[in-house]
Amino acid sequence: MRTVLLFAAVAGLILGTGFLQSWNSALLILNMGLISAVMALGVNLQWGLAGLFNVGVMGFVALGGLAVVLISMPPVGTAWQAGGGSILLGLVLGAATIVAAVLVWSRTSGKLRGWGTAAVLLIGLVVYRMVLDPAVESVEAVDPALTGYLGGLGLPVLLAWPVGGLLAAGAAYVIGKTALGLRSDYLAIATLGIAEIVIAILKNEDWLARGVKNVIGLPRPVPYEVDLQNDPAFVERAAGFRMDATTASTIYVKIEYGLLFAAVLILLLVLAQLALNSPWGRMMRAIRDNETAARAMGKDVTARHLQVFILGSAICGVAGAMMTTLDGQLTPGSYQPLRYTFLIWVMVIVGGSGNNLGAVLGGFLIWFLWVQVEPMGQLLMSVITAGMADGSWLKAHLMDSVQHMRLLTMGVILLLVLRLNPRGLLPER
Amino acid sequence: MDFLNGLVALANFVLIPAIAYGSQLALGALGVTLIYGILRFSNFAHGDTMAVGTMFAVLTTWGLQAMGVSLGPFPTALLAIPFGILGATALVLLTDRYVYKFYRAQKAKPVILVIVSMGVMFIYNGLTRIIIGPDDYRFADGERFVISARTFRDMTGLEEGLALRTTQVITVVTAVVVVAALFWFLNKTRTGKSMRAFSDNEDLALLSGINPERVVLVTWLIVASLATVAGVLYGLDKSFKAFTYFQLLLPIFAAAIVGGLGNPLGAIAGGFVIAFSEVGITYAWKKVLTYFMPPALEPDGLVQILSTEYKFAVSFVILVIVLLFRPTGLFRGKSL
Repeated sequence: MRTVLLFAAVAGLILGTGFLQSWNSALLILNMGLISAVMALGVNLQWGLAGLFNVGVMGFVALGGLAVVLISMPPVGTAWQAGGGSILLGLVLGAATIVAAVLVWSRTSGKLRGWGTAAVLLIGLVVYRMVLDPAVESVEAVDPALTGYLGGLGLPVLLAWPVGGLLAAGAAYVIGKTALGLRSDYLAIATLGIAEIVIAILKNEDWLARGVKNVIGLPRPVPYEVDLQNDPAFVERAAGFRMDATTASTIYVKIEYGLLFAAVLILLLVLAQLALNSPWGRMMRAIRDNETAARAMGKDVTARHLQVFILGSAICGVAGAMMTTLDGQLTPGSYQPLRYTFLIWVMVIVGGSGNNLGAVLGGFLIWFLWVQVEPMGQLLMSVITAGMADGSWLKAHLMDSVQHMRLLTMGVILLLVLRLNPRGLLPER
Repeated sequence: MDFLNGLVALANFVLIPAIAYGSQLALGALGVTLIYGILRFSNFAHGDTMAVGTMFAVLTTWGLQAMGVSLGPFPTALLAIPFGILGATALVLLTDRYVYKFYRAQKAKPVILVIVSMGVMFIYNGLTRIIIGPDDYRFADGERFVISARTFRDMTGLEEGLALRTTQVITVVTAVVVVAALFWFLNKTRTGKSMRAFSDNEDLALLSGINPERVVLVTWLIVASLATVAGVLYGLDKSFKAFTYFQLLLPIFAAAIVGGLGNPLGAIAGGFVIAFSEVGITYAWKKVLTYFMPPALEPDGLVQILSTEYKFAVSFVILVIVLLFRPTGLFRGKSL
């Protein structure tokens, strides 16, 4: 009952935006809300179900975004000729070096061990850089204003969503292997670090996805507004709804995106619910509530943790791919940890950790607030500053700072929920 | 001569910057490690605590500059540090009173406190951006160099110059003074000893009549002061920007964990380990190497292992190596 009421309330908020502001902004909030809900679902799987503290959501989301570029953009032929093969060779050599170093470390002992591993790493690094650097340089020199990167595979963009999940899962496997099984704070720091590294790679490796030059004009799974406006049948149908073709086309496109996202969200939600109520879900909760007891019962705690960590990260990767598809561009400079990691955490905590529906609700609600706090803050500030002289220094400063109100608001919301209702809006059953 | 030139270049580009940066990281990591030792959680708001303290100091500096106060060759910000500490302390104590105390009384799990500190981080970050704004601010004034590269060349007749910035000297001197004062306090005073006792064994400390609230209060005082000093020194050396301070969280935590969480000595060592590796790995060694190597072996490339943008990767890799091979840190911190 509570669930239905709360969801209805959030739906009301979004509908209210539609009536009061515009349907376009309402649908925009809805679409990003759907994506946020998927991310929250992923984090909830890790935190709510298994108690894993992942603060690297941003990194997995960005990997999903990278997948969209790698899958859907057409390959840049000249760049591949210029050095695509060498780059691949370089990457393989780099991977081989790490494998060799691990082998040397595990197969030898004594003095040889340290020096041998170091020597393998050093030689590997030199060879890797010797192969990679010139190739990267020549690839990045190919028409740098337009391409300067290898491009993607030119496959349908929807394929990028599961691939985004796979990329994120791969990264999660590597982190999980090293940091799981240690203390929870260590996992937090490790994930925080890997997220920064992923963003640094996206920003600096121009051959991969153009770095801070951004990849724009990603293929879309839905028609373009312009095509719709030029389609007489569509214009006629829009007229039937008493809308002009421009507005109708933007709304139509957003609705199609919304349907795609909703399909993914519902699929993942059903899977998550099935997992939660399965023996596997019960085992995960048992591990979360008492690790020692679960281990005594013969459960492999570290392996289960690794499993759920990979699953949750993969979901974040899918959401990241969806978001980049919606944006139509990959802009590594726009990934900020406060927005992409800690905001998702606010969603999960506010919604109710351990409850999948709660995470979804939190995703919608917090995203709505995140968007709408700014206009609300503007209103508040104009009330506060109403008595001040126009053009006064303080007034200008206060009006400028409206945009930073949302961070403050999110902090206050998080603290209030943790204090007054620590189990969230929809508590775990 | 080549050898001397090489040493000077090494000092100029690697040793001096790394020592200054290491001191700043060490001060930051000390704050993290003290919170961890006494309050038993990883404080994610630490970077933003540094930002808040520094913000108050920057605002005071601007006020002092407007009033025409200056310290001659030294940056005015040194005068503003006490005000920054005051501001940070007030904010941190308010936060403790209205936020953390509740969870302490409940004996909440450490991970809950970490999440709470995430909320605090949001609030501090928002406050900083609202009060001073999100941009880059420089507030260093006074003499820029103790020795500039040109003077050094004239003095010694070497080809390489050695620039020693005022802020670098101040950083190191301040850090040494602050750390010495902290260790004196922890080891010699009654309050400091009670803090260490509390950190070692809470129940035993409570039994012997130590007032926990007092210990916590003193801890926050020290942490706010350390954070402000670290923040102001970093800002003097580079510049003040809210987001950069938030990002400092990663190297600071890496330093604290590498040294051993909860161990003050480890935090200092960890700070220098991280700083030296960060500078060493992202520095282009060509210049230094050409002095030490015979001409035939001179390197062609820059001999830069990673570009500067990857400095976070360095702290991260060191962190991972330490976690894999010595999870309690170099100095055997607390391990669960």
